[in-house]
Amino acid sequence: MSEESVFFSRALTELTLSFHIIYATIGVGIPLMIMIAQWVGIKKNDEHYILLARRWARGFVITVAVGVVTGTAIGLQLSLLWPNFMELAGNIIALPLFLETFAFFFEAIFLGIYLYTWDRFENQKKHLLLLIPVAVGASFSAVFITIVNAFMNAPQGFDVVEGELVNISPLLAMFNPAMPTKVAHVVVTAYMTSAFVLAAIAAFRLLKGSNHIYHKKALFLTMKVGLVFSIATAIIGDFSGKYLAEYQPEKLAAAEWHFETVENAPLVLYGILDDGEVKYAIKVPFALSILAHANPTAEVIGLDQFPEDEIPPLYIHYLFNIMVTIGMSLVGLSGLYWLGTKLRWTFVNSRWYRLLIVLGGPASVIAIETGWWLAEVGRQPWILRGLMRVEDAATTSGHVDKMLILFAGLYFILGVGSVVVLTRMFRKNPVEREIEDRNVEKGGDIL
Amino acid sequence: MTLEIIGVFVLWTFLFGYLIVGSIDFGAGFFNAYSLLTGRQRILTNIIQRYLSPVWEVTNVFLVFFFVGIVGFFPKTAFYFGTILLVPASIAIILLAIRGSYYAFETYGFKGHKGYAFMYGMAGFFTPAALSIVLTISEGGFVNMVNGSPSLDYGALFKSPLTWSIVVLSLSSVLYISAVFLTWYANKAGDLEATRLMRKYALIWALPTIITAGGIMVELRSHNTEHYENMVDIWWAFALSLLLFIGSVWLLWAKRSYGLAFGLLAGQFLIAFFAYGFSHLPYLLYPYLTIYDSFTNEAMAIALIIAFIAGLALLIPSLYLLLRLFLFNKDYVRGNKKNHA
Repeated sequence: MSEESVFFSRALTELTLSFHIIYATIGVGIPLMIMIAQWVGIKKNDEHYILLARRWARGFVITVAVGVVTGTAIGLQLSLLWPNFMELAGNIIALPLFLETFAFFFEAIFLGIYLYTWDRFENQKKHLLLLIPVAVGASFSAVFITIVNAFMNAPQGFDVVEGELVNISPLLAMFNPAMPTKVAHVVVTAYMTSAFVLAAIAAFRLLKGSNHIYHKKALFLTMKVGLVFSIATAIIGDFSGKYLAEYQPEKLAAAEWHFETVENAPLVLYGILDDGEVKYAIKVPFALSILAHANPTAEVIGLDQFPEDEIPPLYIHYLFNIMVTIGMSLVGLSGLYWLGTKLRWTFVNSRWYRLLIVLGGPASVIAIETGWWLAEVGRQPWILRGLMRVEDAATTSGHVDKMLILFAGLYFILGVGSVVVLTRMFRKNPVEREIEDRNVEKGGDIL
Repeated sequence: MTLEIIGVFVLWTFLFGYLIVGSIDFGAGFFNAYSLLTGRQRILTNIIQRYLSPVWEVTNVFLVFFFVGIVGFFPKTAFYFGTILLVPASIAIILLAIRGSYYAFETYGFKGHKGYAFMYGMAGFFTPAALSIVLTISEGGFVNMVNGSPSLDYGALFKSPLTWSIVVLSLSSVLYISAVFLTWYANKAGDLEATRLMRKYALIWALPTIITAGGIMVELRSHNTEHYENMVDIWWAFALSLLLFIGSVWLLWAKRSYGLAFGLLAGQFLIAFFAYGFSHLPYLLYPYLTIYDSFTNEAMAIALIIAFIAGLALLIPSLYLLLRLFLFNKDYVRGNKKNHA
C-alpha cells in the first residue's frame, strides 16, 4: 500500500468535504428558513416576508447547484479513493446511502416545481405546500448521510467470524449509538448556520445604509430562529460529549487534552501544547466530569488507556475550542439582540452590534468546518473505528496527487463563481427596486 | 428471478433513465452552444432553457442513484471499478460540475453570457465520452491484476477501436436523442423555426448512431467472443430495435407525429440497452467480476429492494407532477406565462 496514495486520498477527501459542507449546510438549512418566511408572510398577510422567501430562494438556487455538483463529487470519490472501505461498507451501510439519494431526488423534483411556479399560484398557501417536501428532503438527506458517518464512528450490526462479515442487520447498523447525537447536531447546526448567514446579509444591508423595514424584519426573524437553534445546538453538543465519554473516550480525551484517567476531572479550555505540556490554559474544576457523566466526581477515561498508535492527533483541541467558542458567542449575540429588541435597548441597533452580526455569518460557517474536522480527525487512525484503519482503505492508484490539483482548481472556480454570481444577483436587483417592480405589476401597495 | 437479477435490473433501469434524460440535457447544451456560434441562438435558446430549467437537478440524481445503488447491491464493484476508474471518473465529475454549476450561474446570474454557454455546451459534449469509458472497460481486456489490485492499461484502452466506437456512439446518440426530443418539444411549443432546425439535426445524427451501433457488434466479435455470441442469441431484440429506429426516422422525415417518433426512439434505445445488458450477464467486469460473486448479503439486498419500492412510490407521483406542470403544460411550454423564480 503506497503511503503517498493514502496521504493524497486523505487530502482530496478533506478538500472536497470541507468545500461541500459549506454549500450542503446552507442547502439543508435555507429551505426551512424559506418555509418559515413564507409561512409568516401568509399568517401576517405581510408581503415583505413573501418577498424575503422569494429572494432567499433565488440565491439558494446558486448554492444548491454547487452543493449538488460537489455532493456528486464526494459520492463518487468515496468509491474512487476508498475502494476497500466502500466494498466493506457497501455490505453493511448501503441502505442509508441509498435512502439519501431518494431524499435528494424528492427535494430536487419539488425545488424545480417551487422555483418555477412563483407566478402560477394565486394562493400562496399552495405554494407553501411545495416547500414542505423541499425542506423535508433536504433535512432527510442530511439525516441519512450523517447516519453513514455515525456508523463509521460506531460500527455495529454485524459479526466478524474469521475475517468474514456475518449476521448483517442493516437497521441495527443505521441505528448505531453515535447516530442520535450526530444526526441531531448536524441538522440543528445546519439550521443555525443558515439563520446566522441570512442574518448577516440583512445586517450588512442595514449597515450599508439601507434603512428599509424589509431588512429589519429579516434580521429580527433570522436572529430569533438563530437563537432557538443555537440553544438547541448547545444542548445537543452536551449530549454528544456524554456520548463520546461512553463510546469513544479517546476522541473526547484528545479533544480535551485529558491525559490521565482521573476522578473530579477538570476541563481544559484554550491553551497551547508545548512538548507535551499544557500552557496558558484555563482549567475549570470538575467540568469535564460534568460534561462527560453529569457528575462532578465521575471518573473520565484519559489517553493513558490507549495504545500510542490508536490516539487521534492532539491538535483537535484547538478545533474543539473554536467550535464551542463560536457557538456560545452566537447564543449570546442572538439572545441579547432578541432581548434588546423586545426591551427597546438602542445598542442592538447600533453600527458596532450590526457589525458583530455580520461577522456571525462567516463565524458560524467556521464553526461548522472546525466541528467536522474535530469529528473526523478525532476518529483517526480509524476509518471504521476499531475495524479498519485509514491506510488499509485507500486506493492503490498512483494518480491521486494529480486529481487533487484538478479538484482544487475546480473548487476554486466554483467558490469564486458562486460568490460573484450571488453578489451580482442581489446588487443588481436590490429589494427597493424589486418592491417597486412588484407594485407596478400588481398595482398594489407594498411599502 | 434471483435477488441478483432484480438488483441489476433496478440499476440498469436507472441507468437507462439517465441515458435518456442525460442525453437530452447534454445534447441541448451542445445545440445551444452551437447555435450561439452560428448565430442561431434566438431560435433555440428559449426552447432549451424552458425545458432544462426545472429538471436539470433531477437529471443529475439519476446518475447519483446509479452509482450509489451499484455499490449497495454489488459492493465489490467499489473495489474493482473504484480503483481503476479514478482518472476517467474524476474527469467526468469535473465536467458534470462545470455543467451543473455553470448552468445555474448562467441562468440565474449572468443571463446570456456567451462564455458560460459555450463551456456548458463543451462539457456536455465530453461528459458522455468520459462516462462511456466504463462500458468499454467492462468488456474486459483493459484491466490487469497487479499484487491483487486491479490496474487500468491506458495504452491498450486508447489504442482499441472498441473504445473509440463506443465514444462515437455515445456522442452521436446523445445528439440524436436530444434532437428528436427537442423537435417534439419545439413543435408542442408551436415554434416552427426551432422545430425545423431540430428536425434537421435529428436526421443528420440518426445515421452515425445506427452505423456505430452496428460496428460495435462486429468489434465485439473479436474482442469479447462470449458477449458477441450472447448478443447473436437474442438477435431478434436488436432487429426489433432497428425496426423502431426506422419507424422514428420515417416519422421525422414525413414531418408527422413527433411525439410518437420520440416514443419509438425511447423504445429503440430501451430494447437495445436491455438486450446489450442482458447479453453482458453475468459479468459486470469481464472476466473478473460477475453479479453472483459480487452481490451483497441477503439482508441488505432485501432492505435495498424494500427501500427502492418505497422510494418509487414517492418518486413516480412526484415526477408525474413535475411533467404535468412543465413538460405537458401548454402554457408553460409555449412560454405564455411568467414562470421565473
